[in-house]
Amino acid sequence: MKILTGNDLKTGAVTWWDGSGWSLHVDDAVDAGDEADAIIAREEAARRINAPYAIEAEKTATGVRPAHIKDRVRGLGPTVRLDLTLKPGDPNAVREVI
Amino acid sequence: MYKYDQWDQAMVDARVAEFRDQCQRRLDGKLTEDQFKPLRLMNGLYLQLHAYMLRVAIPYGTLSGTQMRALASIADKFDRKYAHFTTRQNIQYNWIKLEDAGDILADLAKVEMHAIQTSGNCIRNISSDHFAGAAQDEVVDPRPYAELLRQWSSFHPEFSYLPRKFKFAVIASETDRAAMRLHDIGINIVRNDAGELGAAFYVGGGMGRTPMIAPLVRDFVPLDQLITYAEACLRVYNRYGRRDNKYKARIKILVHELGAEEYTRQVEEEFALLLAQNIEPPIAELERIRTYFEAPGFEAGASDELSRSDPDFAVWTDRNTQPHRQPGYVSAVISLKPVGGIPGDATADQMRLMAELTEQYSFDECRVTHTQNIVLPHVRKVDLFALWQKLEAAGLGTPNLDQVGDIIACPGLDYCSLANARSIPIAQQISERFHANGKGDILGELKLKISGCINACGHHHAGHIGILGVDKKGVENYQLSLGGSEAEDTSLGKITGRGFDEEGIVNAVEISVDVYLAQREGGERFLDTYRRIGMEPFKEALYG
Repeated sequence: MKILTGNDLKTGAVTWWDGSGWSLHVDDAVDAGDEADAIIAREEAARRINAPYAIEAEKTATGVRPAHIKDRVRGLGPTVRLDLTLKPGDPNAVREVI
Repeated sequence: MYKYDQWDQAMVDARVAEFRDQCQRRLDGKLTEDQFKPLRLMNGLYLQLHAYMLRVAIPYGTLSGTQMRALASIADKFDRKYAHFTTRQNIQYNWIKLEDAGDILADLAKVEMHAIQTSGNCIRNISSDHFAGAAQDEVVDPRPYAELLRQWSSFHPEFSYLPRKFKFAVIASETDRAAMRLHDIGINIVRNDAGELGAAFYVGGGMGRTPMIAPLVRDFVPLDQLITYAEACLRVYNRYGRRDNKYKARIKILVHELGAEEYTRQVEEEFALLLAQNIEPPIAELERIRTYFEAPGFEAGASDELSRSDPDFAVWTDRNTQPHRQPGYVSAVISLKPVGGIPGDATADQMRLMAELTEQYSFDECRVTHTQNIVLPHVRKVDLFALWQKLEAAGLGTPNLDQVGDIIACPGLDYCSLANARSIPIAQQISERFHANGKGDILGELKLKISGCINACGHHHAGHIGILGVDKKGVENYQLSLGGSEAEDTSLGKITGRGFDEEGIVNAVEISVDVYLAQREGGERFLDTYRRIGMEPFKEALYG
């Protein structure tokens, strides 16, 4: 699947296109398919998200897994500070990213 | 330490107002990201993996207690209660909101700090010897010259859009504690046979994807021509440095391609022209600056005695203090590398404590080191035990300066948008491994440096043991190199062979260390043994 990501203009937080807006959770990401370029152009024009781009990902039993490790780290947060990630209570979170 | 005059303060205040307005225009949608990006980078505001990151300049690494406390306050108010000290003596905040950027810069300006020229293709923060003003072996305190260069390079109109970023280091001793020859320009303040002070210029060093050791371009520039010569070096670079390829745009490439001799010839030609134009700041300005760096009021006859009855304190004293030029004093190094910790990170509470200790024990002055530690430069020996006890209680008393656990590591793929692999977890695992197996205590000096990409912010080229993280088909992979040094015996490490995965690289470091332990003679350091026996025994052990 092709999903879209960027960083929120105000906070810089990593966001994912969920079909109608931008979510902080990668598992909310939807397949943008052939609409990816059009959505990116529209959202860039709206100037709420910094530099949105499309990436490859796969839907798994546990959620959405970006193909590249950099985007998986973006989806979680720093692997060395679980307390600062989106899954501070999940001891398996880092293993799933790597 | 240097205090802003009205011009310094006016410049910084004006920039705060200007950038606050630029941020607001971006938030209001009046600027695109493409329009805004160069503006935010001029003010040290990056967009990293998880958030905006703000890099704050710490000129030559020197801070007062008030400044350190202000940095802690920013971590509390605007970030997540911690910050990261960098390999260029700066500090970074990892979780900044764009809407807070103006307020943060305003808070910095109140304590004579800013984030100007911590990014972009300009002259960056001037770095220096973290023991400046205290070291026994220095010819003179190098910081007045670094400060003069800072003032000259701040908003310098000719050098605001160089082909690439540009880094200076200034030292004043035979011992190099600032990786001087791995900078675009390294300056060593020296004394000639006539007893006069001057500057030796080394130009064209650097790490990154094409590491080079800067050649000596001129061995003695009179101090009343220091800025003129620096300007000549920059002008030749600005004129001929490549702008068509960012990977070949640093001055090291120009010097290498022209050859040091031809580059020097052109600099000397430019220098002669500039001398005739009389661009050098008046020597009175240098003298004015120098008054800010006079030695503090050391206690005459301070006791040189040091109780070693506490064995842990004795170990810390042996490892983490440096002899001082003033009898009865030492420079104390606060390690930001606890076992298994994140190199260079400090909590806001730890920063507040360091501010307090700076004021209480070190004449209100501390230093950030390029090895991501903090120095209290002027501590009375009689105060050392009390200082150590407070550090210990706060998790800041790790006795590992220049040991295997004192690892330089860039933020890597945990934070940095340029990184290919994570650096910090590798540092943590190595630190824990050598603590658990006890080898860390018997190795002596071993400088281990880790970068998460070829940009080499973790100085891996200059590590006795260096590690470079690379992306191998979407998987983290780590190259091992041996034999680097950023000291006065500057050398670049050589890659051992094929890379390793995360677990493999930690094992590879231990295997390399075991070769050293088996082969070392007398008091050899790891680097000495490597230089004596060469790469082959290490390759044999690593790859069979």
